Amino acid sequence: MDYKKKTITLFVIAIALIFLYVFWDLTGNIDYVLPRRLIKVLAIILTGGAIAFATTVFMTIANNRILTPSIMGLDSLYLLVQTFMIYLFGSNSLVMMNNNVNYLISIGAMILFSLVLYRLLFRGEDSNIYFLLLIGLILGTFFNSASSFMQVLIDPNEFMVARDKMFASINNVNTDLVYLSIILLILVMIYFFRYYKYLDVLALGKDLSINLGVPYNHVVKHLLVIVAIMISIATALIGPITFLGLLVVNLAHEFLKTYRHAYLIMGSTLISIIALIGGQFIVEKIFTFETTISVIINFIGGIYFIYLLLKENKSW
Amino acid sequence: MVKVKHLSKSYNNKKVIDDVSLNIPKGKITSFIGPNGAGKSTLISMITRLIAQDNGEISIDGDNISKIKNKDLAKTISILKQSNSINLKLTIRELISFGRFPYSQGKLTKEDWEKVDEAIEYMELESIQDKYLDELSGGQRQRAHIAMVIAQDTEYIMLDEPLNNLDMRHSVQIMKILRQLVEELGKTVVIVIHDINFASCYSDNIVALKDGKVVKHGQPCDVIDSCVLKEIYEMDIDIKEINDKRICVYF
Repeated sequence: MDYKKKTITLFVIAIALIFLYVFWDLTGNIDYVLPRRLIKVLAIILTGGAIAFATTVFMTIANNRILTPSIMGLDSLYLLVQTFMIYLFGSNSLVMMNNNVNYLISIGAMILFSLVLYRLLFRGEDSNIYFLLLIGLILGTFFNSASSFMQVLIDPNEFMVARDKMFASINNVNTDLVYLSIILLILVMIYFFRYYKYLDVLALGKDLSINLGVPYNHVVKHLLVIVAIMISIATALIGPITFLGLLVVNLAHEFLKTYRHAYLIMGSTLISIIALIGGQFIVEKIFTFETTISVIINFIGGIYFIYLLLKENKSW
Repeated sequence: MVKVKHLSKSYNNKKVIDDVSLNIPKGKITSFIGPNGAGKSTLISMITRLIAQDNGEISIDGDNISKIKNKDLAKTISILKQSNSINLKLTIRELISFGRFPYSQGKLTKEDWEKVDEAIEYMELESIQDKYLDELSGGQRQRAHIAMVIAQDTEYIMLDEPLNNLDMRHSVQIMKILRQLVEELGKTVVIVIHDINFASCYSDNIVALKDGKVVKHGQPCDVIDSCVLKEIYEMDIDIKEINDKRICVYF
C-alpha cells in the first residue's frame, strides 16, 4: 500500500469516527444535542489540524522528530496567563467569564511572546534553532514556576478553576471562538501558502536547502511565526495539548513512509482528528466525563514517547 | 571565474580566514589543501554563502554573490558538504530530483526528469536508483549526492571533502568523475581535500592554506614541493616523480 492509499484510508477512518461520534446514541432533544456535537467535532478538526500542521512544520525546521513546539514554552505561557488573570481578577471576573476576551488575551500574549523571542534571537545573520529552543525551554520552566507560585497564593476554589485550565478539554468549547479560530486559521494558511514549496527541501537540512536556493533564514523565521500562531490558536481554543503533535506527526512518518509534506501534513492532521475524536468518544461514553481528553492523549503519548526513545537508542 | 577579495571571518575573535584574496579559474579542478583548522571548509562555505563573511567580497563571473537572488545563485554554484546525514525516507532518485528545485520550485517538468535520469546515468546509479538512502553504503551515498549536484546543473561545483570515509577504489572513482565533469561538461570544480596525493594527481590548481591565509597558489608542480609542504604541514615530505605525477611520501 503506498502513501496515497494510506492517506485515503486514514481519511475514511476519520470520517467514520466523526459519524460514529455525532450519531451514536442520538436521543433526547436532537435540536440541542446535534449542534453541540457538531461544534465539538469542528473544534476537534481545527485544533487537531492546527497542532498536526504546526508540529510537522516545526519538526521539519528543527530536523528532529522528538522536538515539538511545546518546547518553545507556549503551553507554559498559556497557563501563566490564565493563572495570572485568576490571581489578579479572581475567577468570577469579567475576563475569565467572557471567553472572547480571555481567548484574545491568551492568543495575543503567546504570539507577542514568540515574536519578541524570535526578534531577540534572530538579530544576527545566522539563525540557530537550537539556541532558540534552549531559551524557550528555560523561559517555559520559568513560566511554570511563576504559575505554581501564584497557584499557591490563590484561594483553593480559585485554584480549582486554574487547574481545569491545565488540561485540554473539548467539553465546554465556545461556539463563537470556534468561528473566530476558523477565520484566523484561514488567514494563517494564506500567509503560509508562499512558503509551502520549501518544506520538502527544508527537511534535507540547512546546508542543502541553501545550496538549492532556499532563502533559509527568511523562510525559517516566517515558518516559525506561523507555527507559533497556530499553536496559540489551538491552545487558546481547548487548552494545552501540544503533546498530541509528537504523537501524530511521528505516527504519520512511520505510517506513510514518505518525505512529501503534502501527504505528511494531511496524514498527521487525519491521525490527529482520529485520536481526538476517538479520545473524546472514550471520555464521553466510557469515562462519562470523569476525565479530560488531554489525560488520555498524554497517557498514550507518553508511552509512545518512551517507545521512540528506546527505538532511537537501539539504532545507535 | 570566482573572485575572492580580502575575505575575513572570525569566530570568537579568532581569525579563521584572514584577508584571503583568490581567483578560481573556470573549467579547471581547484583543490584546497592544508592542515586541520586552516580554514578550508570555512572558505568554501563562504564562497557558497552557507556562512556569511565578516569582511571582503566574493564575485562570480563579475557579480557580487550577495546581490544575486538565491534562486539564481543555486543555478550557478552548488555545494556538497562533508556530512550529509539525511534522516528521511528518501530514494536515490528522489534525492537527485531535489537537484532540480532551483529550476522547478518543486514542480518537476518532463525536462527536469530527463536531467535527473541523465545524472543517474552519469553516476551509474540506474540499478539502485529506487533504493532508500539508509540502505546504501558510504560510497553509494556519496555518488547519489554528487548525482544530485550534477542534476542541479551548475557551472561551479564545490565539494567539501568528497573522499571522506571512502576506500581507494571509490575515491579514485569519484575523482575520475570530477575530471570528466570538467573535461566533458566544462564544469568548474573546487574541492577541499586532505589527501595531497589525490590533489597532486587530479587537480589543475592547488591552493594551500594555513592559519586562514593562502600560503601558495599554483599548479601542482609548484605547490607539491618539499619546501612549500614543510611550511604548511610542518613535517618533512619526500616527493617522488612517478609516471609524471608528483607523489608525496610522508610516512
